[in-house]
Amino acid sequence: MESRRNPRAVVDPKVRQVGFFTSSQPDSTHQPDPIASESHPVVSSISPSGNSLSPVMIPPPRHNSSDTFPLRAAAASAVSPSSFSYSTRRDFPDGSTTAASPGRVSRGSFSKPSSSLPGVGMDAMAAAKSSSVPASGLNTVSVVNMPPEKESDQKKNSKPLKEKTTKAERRALQEAQRAAKAAANAEGGKAPLVSSGSVASTNIKATKPAKPSSQKNDVAVAAGPSEKKAGGQSEKDRKKDAPHPRMQYDDESRVVKAKRRAVVKQTEAKYRVELFRHLPQYEHGTQLPDLQTKFFQLDPMHPAVYKVGLQYLSGDISGGNARCIAMLQAFQEVVRDYSTPPEKTLNRDMTAKISSYVSFLIECRPLSVSMGNAIRFVKNRIAKLPITLSESEAKAALQSDIERFINEKIITADTVIVKHAVTKIRDGDVLLTYGSPTAVEMVLLHAHELGKKFRVLVVDSRPKLEGQLLLRRLIKRGINCTYTHINAISYIMHEVTKVFLGASSVLSNGTVYSRVGTACVAMVASAFRVPVLVCCEAYKLHERVQLDSICSNELGDPNAISKVHGREDINYLDGLTNNANLQFLNLMFDATPSDYISMIITDYGMVPPTSVPVIVREYQKEHSLV
Amino acid sequence: MWRRSASFILDKHQNNKPISLTPSIGSPPPLSASVADENLNPNHISAYYQTRAAHHEIVTSDWLEQAQAAVRRYLDQDSPVSGRPFSVIEEFDNWRQQPALAEAVAAIRALAAVIRASEANTMMELEIELKKASDTLKAWDTTSISLTAGCDLFMRYVTRTSALESEDFNSAKSRVLGRAEKFGEISNKIIATLSQDFIFDGCTILVHGFSRVVFEILKTAAQNKKLFRVLCTEGRPDKTGVLLAKELAKLDVPVKLLIDSAVAYCMDEVDMVFVGADGVVESGGVINMMGTYQIAIVAHSMNKPVYVAAESYKFARLYPLDQKDLEPALQPIDFGVSVPPKVEVERSARDYTPQFLTLLFTDLGVLTPSVVSDELIQLYL
Repeated sequence: MESRRNPRAVVDPKVRQVGFFTSSQPDSTHQPDPIASESHPVVSSISPSGNSLSPVMIPPPRHNSSDTFPLRAAAASAVSPSSFSYSTRRDFPDGSTTAASPGRVSRGSFSKPSSSLPGVGMDAMAAAKSSSVPASGLNTVSVVNMPPEKESDQKKNSKPLKEKTTKAERRALQEAQRAAKAAANAEGGKAPLVSSGSVASTNIKATKPAKPSSQKNDVAVAAGPSEKKAGGQSEKDRKKDAPHPRMQYDDESRVVKAKRRAVVKQTEAKYRVELFRHLPQYEHGTQLPDLQTKFFQLDPMHPAVYKVGLQYLSGDISGGNARCIAMLQAFQEVVRDYSTPPEKTLNRDMTAKISSYVSFLIECRPLSVSMGNAIRFVKNRIAKLPITLSESEAKAALQSDIERFINEKIITADTVIVKHAVTKIRDGDVLLTYGSPTAVEMVLLHAHELGKKFRVLVVDSRPKLEGQLLLRRLIKRGINCTYTHINAISYIMHEVTKVFLGASSVLSNGTVYSRVGTACVAMVASAFRVPVLVCCEAYKLHERVQLDSICSNELGDPNAISKVHGREDINYLDGLTNNANLQFLNLMFDATPSDYISMIITDYGMVPPTSVPVIVREYQKEHSLV
Repeated sequence: MWRRSASFILDKHQNNKPISLTPSIGSPPPLSASVADENLNPNHISAYYQTRAAHHEIVTSDWLEQAQAAVRRYLDQDSPVSGRPFSVIEEFDNWRQQPALAEAVAAIRALAAVIRASEANTMMELEIELKKASDTLKAWDTTSISLTAGCDLFMRYVTRTSALESEDFNSAKSRVLGRAEKFGEISNKIIATLSQDFIFDGCTILVHGFSRVVFEILKTAAQNKKLFRVLCTEGRPDKTGVLLAKELAKLDVPVKLLIDSAVAYCMDEVDMVFVGADGVVESGGVINMMGTYQIAIVAHSMNKPVYVAAESYKFARLYPLDQKDLEPALQPIDFGVSVPPKVEVERSARDYTPQFLTLLFTDLGVLTPSVVSDELIQLYL
């Protein structure tokens, strides 16, 4: 861990702002005017553990957070306590629109009553309300800077209204940041004031004069994870947030541009585990209402894509296949409604459009591997369209290509997988499955139809409890089921004869990348010498190699862990996401090494994990020819 | 192929035609006794393994003729093919009789005979006929992996190439015929050549089961004047070890016979283990005579390499998860004394070795086990 910090420390924040650093380092010297006054006093009292609040948002000292709680509690709709803060924020002018943090969504659209973009808005609000911006409370640390400005904008503006930065403003911003940095250094390791570096300071500057959103975007974005780290690390760390693996954060202008383009403003979580700082962590569920209101104002965004994005955001659609199919169907509609603008070629323009939609979807939720492969396919098809086709022909061809992809690679692939997998189910088997993989569900249902006698053990885990869905569907068909949680896995494994797992993706070294908890199940099964069969369609295989679950993953909503629904008696952690001493880690995926996997069932047949690169190779050959 | 005279008689038994085994030669009595037992499980008795067992019995040519005649009579009555006078099973059996032919090769020769006898006028018709014949063969003995694999492979070849060609029917037919005839002709020689580098002077080789390919390897090594000695496991109940020892002794190779239980005892003086394969499965494991897995485990625990010699047509699209995930292939087991009442006998003829294999010597080259799946994917894509 230590070593990871060092590189970050040396990177010049101006040159490289990656990830979700909070540009808006709480900078006592650069408070936006509206907020500044209020936040100033607060800022100065920021505890060293301080965090990546934007300069605009002075993270209130820890003790202040308690003050904000009642306020927050009052905030009705907002999921996070910060909601109320938003309302105050709205006072702040100028639309900081979508200054997403590098590549990510800008913090939040603060919708009025309920937008519960915690971080940013909150902080500002808090400051505004003289409730200390709870350092911990608002996860949207980075956003802070922007919030005031953003709010108003966000409400009204959808993406198109980006910052109108002028050179002078940018200059001012930079100077502010530099000064902030100096000041911060002077403070010596206090809350990360300047850490976010340029962005932060610029933000501050920007906010002060209620500048256009661009600056805010920077600031907000910079907020980044809360660092309750001691010393100046937090500042630097914030800046160093690694970009999402699929997002290039090298080019600062791209980062800024992405932020500007971002539709969904997500608020970043404040307190994040050090090891996973390179992954974005947002407060979930906060943008939804605001985004819903913006549905009719989306200029560049196609409503179908917007809808799918919202569904991802809210968790309505989850699971590799479902997300991929939903996205592809949205793209089909895009193609249908598409008309080539004058003086543009269909290929390029459509590709650009698809790319922009994809970045919107990434803002809502990071892409799964299946979606990534499908997008590559679509772009490939668009690029291969012969120039000679008329627009309607091209559109029809594209639509049918997408339809064919869905049918061949997903639906038919599933039937082939089922056909192979049922040969492995014998009478008297006890099959264990984890979570709710679509492929495995189909296998079990089909085996039951064939009359095989077996029983199923469904293993489930918090916080998603996806196994319950599967359980319900299996029981409806009359399959004999047992249900347990993952903590009992070693207890029940002795009676299991086979384990069927699903996968989000299988990587080239045979590693299975799947829902968190899968690795646990596979390892326990392997220890008990129970064969582990992974069912995965071929389009989900990827040529990437991953050795651990850390370098590439997805962080879910920390509130989901802290809250235990329906069990007030053990709901101790509820509301503690804002605590500086407590970092929640809600991983969504994990990587299972190939040694624990007995076989992978794909539509290419049953293969050992060592054969995944072969299938990737054949698959790509097939597609480059097609 | 093995001298599989008695197999026909045994096959008859499978169809519940009680036949008194008239030949009074050494072979039948133990067989008949065990065959009686087998009648309990007629469907599982593996003709393949029975014939292999039969090889080690001594048969006279007279007996052979009688058996063949009996079988032909039987087969003619029971022609499984759709009413045509030409019976692919009969052809297959004819070919199987030849000791030097592998089962898969025999099957493909039988299919070649189908092509020759066919009256089809288009490739499609021919393909359909071939498919039917191949299905018949496969259904006739479901336990033989190389039979299934060989048939599948040939069908694959026909299907793939017929789709691509633009030649007329006759040349296509002769091309396919030519391929069938040449099938498996020289694979043994290739494998033997490839594996020569692995046998060094002064090495001790442990061999299990009588595989033609392994024998070819050792024969070639002996002919190349390499100095090595061979430890043969007895290979009960087939007694393959004795046969192999006999053949090797003829080549002046120092041979030592062990009982199967003595493998761990002798493993420390062994440099490498050579086994053949009945089938190579997709996971990179092999299915071979009972006892192979045991030997592989012992060899692995003592860090000795295990080499498998198998022709590429033995690559099968199977993926067993455990020992019992295969089609049961039973064989008669003779304990020398009669089995006490109320005592069951484990009669499986083969086992599955999922891991601990170092290299595979095939006519495609010297491969690691994970390449099998690669080949299969490319082949059956």
